[in-house]
Amino acid sequence: MSTAIELIDLYKSFGSTEIIRGVNLAVEQGERHAIIGPNGAGKSTLYNLITAKYLPTAGRIRLRGEDVTGCPPYEINRMGLARSFQVTNIFPRMSVFENVRCGMLWAMNYRYSFWRDVDELDDVNARSRQVLEDIGMTSRADVPAGVLSYAEQRALEIGITIAGGADIVLLDEPTAGMNRSETDHTVELVRRITENKTLIMVEHDMSVVFGLADRITVLVYGEVIASGPPNEIRGNPAVREAYLGEEVD
Amino acid sequence: MAVANTAAPGRSSFLRRNAIWWAALVLVVLLPQVARSGTAIAVLNQMCIMVIFSLSYNMLLGQGGMLSFGHAVYFGLGGYFAMHLIQLAGGAGFFMPLPLTPIAGGLAGLFFGLLFGSFSTNRAGTVFAMISLGIGEMIAASSLIFVKFSGGEEGITADRTDLTPFFGHRFGSEVEVYYLIAGWMMLSAWLMYRFSRTPLGRMANAVRDNPERAEFVGYSQRRVRLLSFMAAGFFAGIAGGLFALNYEIVTEETVNLVTSGIVLLQAYIGGVGFFAGPIVGAVVYTLLQTLLSNYTEIWAFYVGLIFVATVMYAPTGLTGIIMMHLPIYRVRKLRTLALPYLKVGVPALCCAIGVIGMLELLHYLSVRAVGQSTKRLFWMSLNVEQPTPWIVFGLLAVGGFFVARRMAPALVAAWEAASAQAQGRGER
Repeated sequence: MSTAIELIDLYKSFGSTEIIRGVNLAVEQGERHAIIGPNGAGKSTLYNLITAKYLPTAGRIRLRGEDVTGCPPYEINRMGLARSFQVTNIFPRMSVFENVRCGMLWAMNYRYSFWRDVDELDDVNARSRQVLEDIGMTSRADVPAGVLSYAEQRALEIGITIAGGADIVLLDEPTAGMNRSETDHTVELVRRITENKTLIMVEHDMSVVFGLADRITVLVYGEVIASGPPNEIRGNPAVREAYLGEEVD
Repeated sequence: MAVANTAAPGRSSFLRRNAIWWAALVLVVLLPQVARSGTAIAVLNQMCIMVIFSLSYNMLLGQGGMLSFGHAVYFGLGGYFAMHLIQLAGGAGFFMPLPLTPIAGGLAGLFFGLLFGSFSTNRAGTVFAMISLGIGEMIAASSLIFVKFSGGEEGITADRTDLTPFFGHRFGSEVEVYYLIAGWMMLSAWLMYRFSRTPLGRMANAVRDNPERAEFVGYSQRRVRLLSFMAAGFFAGIAGGLFALNYEIVTEETVNLVTSGIVLLQAYIGGVGFFAGPIVGAVVYTLLQTLLSNYTEIWAFYVGLIFVATVMYAPTGLTGIIMMHLPIYRVRKLRTLALPYLKVGVPALCCAIGVIGMLELLHYLSVRAVGQSTKRLFWMSLNVEQPTPWIVFGLLAVGGFFVARRMAPALVAAWEAASAQAQGRGER
């Protein structure tokens, strides 16, 4: 197996505060990888570094062996990496269908085309309907995304993320703020859509993490204290200590 | 809220799918048969030019989320370049039919859109707005400085009939020019509509809604904005070229900030959230400008008032108001709104009469000749030195305003009830 994403000696500071302190991490292709850690461990910062929302203070990021440190987000996306957002980040004034469609236009090679009618791009529209089907939102296709319920917006968020068919998918707390059944539904959805893909996710919910991930990385105060398959992480005393008070089972 | 029509592609016939365009085409062809007078044709010509200009402006504001205070730059420069082409072709006598000259304006708009857009579209929001204002002021100033190109304050002129005849037409008459302009308007409007339905046009909306997300689906927000900006510049240039051949003169007025303000005003009054909004805005504005100015010297003041009222009470514009009532009309519930509308409309009308009365009297005070004190207004002769008209107008204005405001919640409630019914019907 080859490496999908590799982080080398990654540092990130905001002002004088060091958030990420020398992270080394390699995620294999086809792996479902979860990043966990207590509040303030720097999970979201790390996530935003990988997806190029933030620039690292030091260190390199490699995408399939290629150095992408400092590339703008759209170039990283074009290389086959898609991300979701923790705070729902959709196109609120466009319909659900259009949200998903916008997620795939570049990936399906229509780029900056200003001579084709979007309604006549049969491949795009068929795939958009397929994605809506996958995320269970076919009946809401024509609704403005801004008026969807929270859980629906989260689902749409994932829909936009996977629309382009990227083979490296990053999800930021996909089940945040959901009740049990919504969470189960989302886990099922994530499992389905990341079949044969590389998944990196940041998640709080331990049942989600242990149910989905092949490997888990534990981040505490900006440093990786453990990384391995779920069983190993579960028994790791350092992890238990870091999670004192939070149950790991 | 501006949600474009996203229904799955209807495979109905070409004729039916474009029904509204065919209707518009018929209207445009027949209009000069109805409005025959020279003045009417002149108004129509201006209207068509403004429709293109406003639509191009809305590619920025409504579709791209870019608030420009300097869109006249591309309109005016387009006008100058087209005018130079007409001068040149008229003088040298090379082959150049008049209907093709607006393309020179369009290309000029495209070029300057690329030039100024290359650095102004890096960011949307305040930065973009400020830069557009700066460029607008700069170009307006330049047009008085580079006299060789712009003709200074007198501007540049040419005779459009000097050019190569176009299938025998020399465009000496207003009607011939009307058809030329209307043809360009239909073509431009259609192309701009098509543009909004292309991948780039859709992504312009996406960047407007959420630039960060757009970057994470593979699009550079800068590039999307720049391309929209250039397209908007192109069509503004076409409008400028039509202005040049219509009036046979281009002056600093076409590039200055007043013109930039007017196009913003038109688009906003019409409704920037809808493709047809700027069309409605341009038509209404031109009518106000040409008709209202027959009755009052302070027409521009009223346009300003309408603009402020639109921003405050109807931010979706005239088109937005129409679209709010369409579903209610479809379920035939418009009648339920008649009484609430009357209850707001009558006091609102009183308020308007009061405000207009006060303004006209004030204006009369400042322009009247010595010894004159009688102003004719609303088919009445009013003595401005008597307190009575002032008091009556004042009471109407203030009273009308407060009564209308008292009644407004009932109207909103009635509208909400009716549209809830309409929605219930729509979803079965």
